[in-house]
Amino acid sequence: MITRDGDKGKTLTRRAAMLAGGELFLSTVLLGRMYYLQVLEADRYKTLAEENRISTRLLAPPRGLIFDRFGQPMAQNNQNFRVLVISEQTEGNLNATLEALNKILPLTDGEIQRIRKDVRRSRDFTPVTIRENLTWKQMAAIQLNAPDLPGIIIDEGLSRYYPFKEASAHLLGYVGAVSEDEMSSRNPLLKLPGFRVGKSGIELAYNTALCGKEGAQRVEVNAVGRVIREIERDEGVPGTTLPLTIDMRIQNIAYKRMKDESGAAVLLDIYTGEILALVSTPGFDPNKFNRGLTAEEWKEISTNEKNALLNKALGGLYSPGSTFKMIVALAALEAGVIRPDTKIFCGGHTMMGNHRFHCWKPNGHGNVDLKEALMHSCDIYFYEVARRTGIDKIAAMAKRFGLGMPTGLDLPGEKAGLMPTRRWKEVILGEQWLQGDTYNAGIGQGYILATPIQLAVMTAILANDGYKIKPTILVPENRDASVCQGEYLNLSKAHLQLMREGMFAVVNNSEGTGKAARVNVGGKLIAGKTGTTQVKRISMKEREQGLRSQDDIPWEERNHALFVCFGPTENPRYALSVVIEHGGGGAKTAAPIARSIMEAALKLDPASNPPQNVKKNPAVRSI
Amino acid sequence: MTDIAPFKMHNANMTLKERLMHISWCYIFLIFLVVSAGFVVLYAAANGNWSQWAGKQFSRFWLGLAVVFIVAVTDLRFWLKYAYLFYIIAVVMLFVVEFFGHGAMGAQRWLNLGIIRVQPSELMKIALILALARYFHGSSQQEIGCISYMIIPAFMVLLPVVLVLKQPDLGTAVLMGAASLSLFFLVGVQMWKFAALGLAGLISIPIGWRFLHDYQKERVFTFLDPERDPLGKGYHILQSKITLGSGGIFGKGFLQGTQSRLNFLPEKHTDFIFTVWAEEFGLIGSVTLLLLYLALIFYGYVIAFRSSSFFGRLLALGLTTNLFLYVFINIAMVMGLLPVVGVPLPMISYGGTVMLTLMFSFGLVECVNVNRDVQIGRRGAYDD
Repeated sequence: MITRDGDKGKTLTRRAAMLAGGELFLSTVLLGRMYYLQVLEADRYKTLAEENRISTRLLAPPRGLIFDRFGQPMAQNNQNFRVLVISEQTEGNLNATLEALNKILPLTDGEIQRIRKDVRRSRDFTPVTIRENLTWKQMAAIQLNAPDLPGIIIDEGLSRYYPFKEASAHLLGYVGAVSEDEMSSRNPLLKLPGFRVGKSGIELAYNTALCGKEGAQRVEVNAVGRVIREIERDEGVPGTTLPLTIDMRIQNIAYKRMKDESGAAVLLDIYTGEILALVSTPGFDPNKFNRGLTAEEWKEISTNEKNALLNKALGGLYSPGSTFKMIVALAALEAGVIRPDTKIFCGGHTMMGNHRFHCWKPNGHGNVDLKEALMHSCDIYFYEVARRTGIDKIAAMAKRFGLGMPTGLDLPGEKAGLMPTRRWKEVILGEQWLQGDTYNAGIGQGYILATPIQLAVMTAILANDGYKIKPTILVPENRDASVCQGEYLNLSKAHLQLMREGMFAVVNNSEGTGKAARVNVGGKLIAGKTGTTQVKRISMKEREQGLRSQDDIPWEERNHALFVCFGPTENPRYALSVVIEHGGGGAKTAAPIARSIMEAALKLDPASNPPQNVKKNPAVRSI
Repeated sequence: MTDIAPFKMHNANMTLKERLMHISWCYIFLIFLVVSAGFVVLYAAANGNWSQWAGKQFSRFWLGLAVVFIVAVTDLRFWLKYAYLFYIIAVVMLFVVEFFGHGAMGAQRWLNLGIIRVQPSELMKIALILALARYFHGSSQQEIGCISYMIIPAFMVLLPVVLVLKQPDLGTAVLMGAASLSLFFLVGVQMWKFAALGLAGLISIPIGWRFLHDYQKERVFTFLDPERDPLGKGYHILQSKITLGSGGIFGKGFLQGTQSRLNFLPEKHTDFIFTVWAEEFGLIGSVTLLLLYLALIFYGYVIAFRSSSFFGRLLALGLTTNLFLYVFINIAMVMGLLPVVGVPLPMISYGGTVMLTLMFSFGLVECVNVNRDVQIGRRGAYDD
């Protein structure tokens, strides 16, 4: 028995030694694992721990401001007061806080429901928006009652504001919430809630520069995401301030003069190409787009027959009509098919084969030379001249003036227009060029399409003695207004002078078609050319019945009215184009508007006052 | 056949003073060192707040120390005599908790005794070791070799293990099972029986799997691939490894552990407390702590072998193995070597019952030490 118990004891000793050995082995495994985790993998886990701890939050830099050439703000960032609630600070009674707030800032039931839902969904320390865009008065009232409103905070953000609203709408464009497509861009700012990006106009074209560079706030957060402390803060780079070449005073005058029409006007500095005014009507309030349009507002804007959303100055395509006659004349003079004193008889119409081409004046102008033809805008004269010159020479001249191609202004939505040639018609339409097409081209109709900005550039080239300028909207870095900044077109100075004289007569001669545009600002006069283009072909029957007054036919069937002009006639500086859709006639509608704009331009003379802010923004050019 | 008259136990009737003299102060000191590490790390886990966890643990420690001394000076034969009674009480409490217990974290583990709430499963761990030690103390070498003789102890193990699994508390069940197996191993049950049991276990895994709770299954999945759902189920173990690993060799410094300070660590004051220690004191700290535990375990072996009674040896070895299992399973778990089964780090994890029962078990080990020269016959202490 004793020996047996002794055996039992021996077994125990042996087994205990084995057990101890096993335990030692397992402890070695633990030590090995410690070494693996804390030495071999330490760096990886240190990184992971830092990633846990540090949260980087983006800070949106303020969007770049936009000024006119004299520093007048055109787009600014207004303070936007928001009221928020942090539920953990409401002393455990969200309802009481909301009720107290309701007495100061009446909340709708829908709002309260939404707030409750948001509070339930988010962490206790996350602020939940109650309402945005508070008035100053509401904000002050809440601040004043702060002690009774535990958990309520006022937050200040920035929202884009366009003080000139409709007047600058198409030029500046507007900002709006980031769309799905834009989300795919790498810019991390786009993912910030409430971030706005440019959607059209300057805001779109220079969006990258205006956005600036995102800032970052590195904060230490705990496991549930609560911010414990800020580690570092980089405010980022605010958006670039953009100085435009626009003179907001003239822009405003132009807009006010045209706002009930559907049309566009472009005023250029003929030497620098600086755009002093660029108006498209009717306008819209871009501030509403930033805020978010209501369904009714959107419907009203998008279905407007006057197409309020289109920037007609760049994207509106119009037959240039009689404003094109200078190009035809220059082509003819250069080709030598006419001389300035060549006279052509106008009997009110001319026959081309079986087809009868009419002058706008049914009784005709009699024998007219070039200058008279321009002054009276005689169609018969230009039918004949076009016939003699041929379409390809006319098109070549038009292209030298920049028609049929974009001007290169870096704003979205610019159209190229169309300057037809024989080849164009054969290739694109698959038809042969007809003599009648040349006749139509001679008076700027038919296939020819131009944008108001092209017409302004064309007029500027006539005025600056043949330099093809490139329109610009941003004040260039090294601006030198004393030298013409265009490409020399090698046109005959005498021919150009002749055109200017013809245009002078249009406005200042008592028989001129553009008398309504006559301006005299301290002896400074302007010269111009009217244009009226048919929207609807006039049938033989209508012509026989006698032409109806434009006022008697429906708006959308009325003629487009155009007017191009430059001034002052001595030492020209400004070129202007005005297009009024369905305005009836250039002389009647477009000329008086052009008169108002040119009068303002001559009076204010912005070109002789160099723009401000020129040196401030070298970064703009590198976009 | 009559039993041989027990040897004259020359110090069976020691005075209290003598018993106190026989307490191993070195063992007590090692306990004190480990517990102190616990106060430090609980203070750190509460971001430098003493009263949140460390202070409470501190007062429990003193209560526990009193238990150690009281148990240490008892007569070992008392525990032999009442081992089964103790076991039965624990089983009854387990049944009671099954029907009247308080739930926490989806498991019914607590029994409210008015003033204090206890976890019967913690008491059960010790009661089971006591009962098995008693059973094997009275067995002969031949009996141990006999398979039918194993039916009773196997049942003694299975009953509480099943009850604890029902709570459900996988960690305690694993601990009890493993500690019991080690006792069977120590008394000399043949190796082939363990092999057979292992085989049977492997075969029954697919069957047993069905009885696991969903969260227990998830834990196993998570253990197998913690990064399959880093923010969900795998979060705990991933963050635990990050905490440990980011401590590096020297640690981030006392109260400088970002993972614990910013609450990335789940259960940082209980099951995952080791990572807080390792984060702030690095590899040096974690190895030191493990060595402290190993010293305590080694000392348990020394005490066991100094004991002249089989019961004393088995009890000390069983309790020491139990301590080792706690330490190993907890540390292996937080390091991603074992699935998360909910085993605390002994004497460091915050928790009253675990602290007190561990101190009770240390008291029993000390009791074995104090009574090391007491020889006990197979029939027990009082049959002489």
